Amino acid sequence: MRAVLEVNIQEADFDLRVLQASLLQGRAEEGGVATFTGYVRVNNDDRGVQSLYLEHYPGMTERSILAILEESAERWPLFAARVVHRVGRLQPGEQIVWVGASSAHREAAFAACEFIMDYLKTRAPFWKKEQGPQGEHWVDARESDETRAQRWQGQQ
Amino acid sequence: MLQVLFFGRLREELGCERLELPASEALSDLDRLQASLAREHGERWQAALAAPNIIRALNQQMVQGNAAISDGDEIAFFPPVTGG
Repeated sequence: MRAVLEVNIQEADFDLRVLQASLLQGRAEEGGVATFTGYVRVNNDDRGVQSLYLEHYPGMTERSILAILEESAERWPLFAARVVHRVGRLQPGEQIVWVGASSAHREAAFAACEFIMDYLKTRAPFWKKEQGPQGEHWVDARESDETRAQRWQGQQ
Repeated sequence: MLQVLFFGRLREELGCERLELPASEALSDLDRLQASLAREHGERWQAALAAPNIIRALNQQMVQGNAAISDGDEIAFFPPVTGG
């Protein structure tokens, strides 16, 4: 089985219903779709966030996420997996990232979705800059994200 | 030529997002390139490029440790990523 994999990097918002449907291939073989949607929080480490700017590395961003999707499809029997990530200026409450995976059974769909998100956090070249009452601030990477991503290593 | 790119906080600290350098024996690997950039562009570059957590990518793939580079390569330096 060859999974259908897709990556979209865009400034525009996205429609959850359309994305969910895009993981189904029309043969009613999927038993489940797991998805994750990330939103821009209004505060981060006790700092107020008025807006967020997402910088990325065009080219490498798409390649690195596709590599993560390919790895997920090697680990679990997926029909489809997709990532949509927004860039540019975003406001609190807006959707920023979406990950979805479809499979015959829920276990693979749940696991793949979490794996993709954990790897995206530590391997995909995005950088967040917050704008708040105290001015601008580059967001620091979290140790906990690295720890979460490392859980998958050596695990099949 | 070598295409050298900088992103995020590092790009801002250096005031530079892209450099084009002639490939040479003196810039034959990532460590030598980073040391040369730190040396040739003044104190600001020296301080910013001394950060211990800088990530390096060669032709759009993250590299652990050092790697050889050659003419036509695209090299990027950036801080730990914060997407998602």
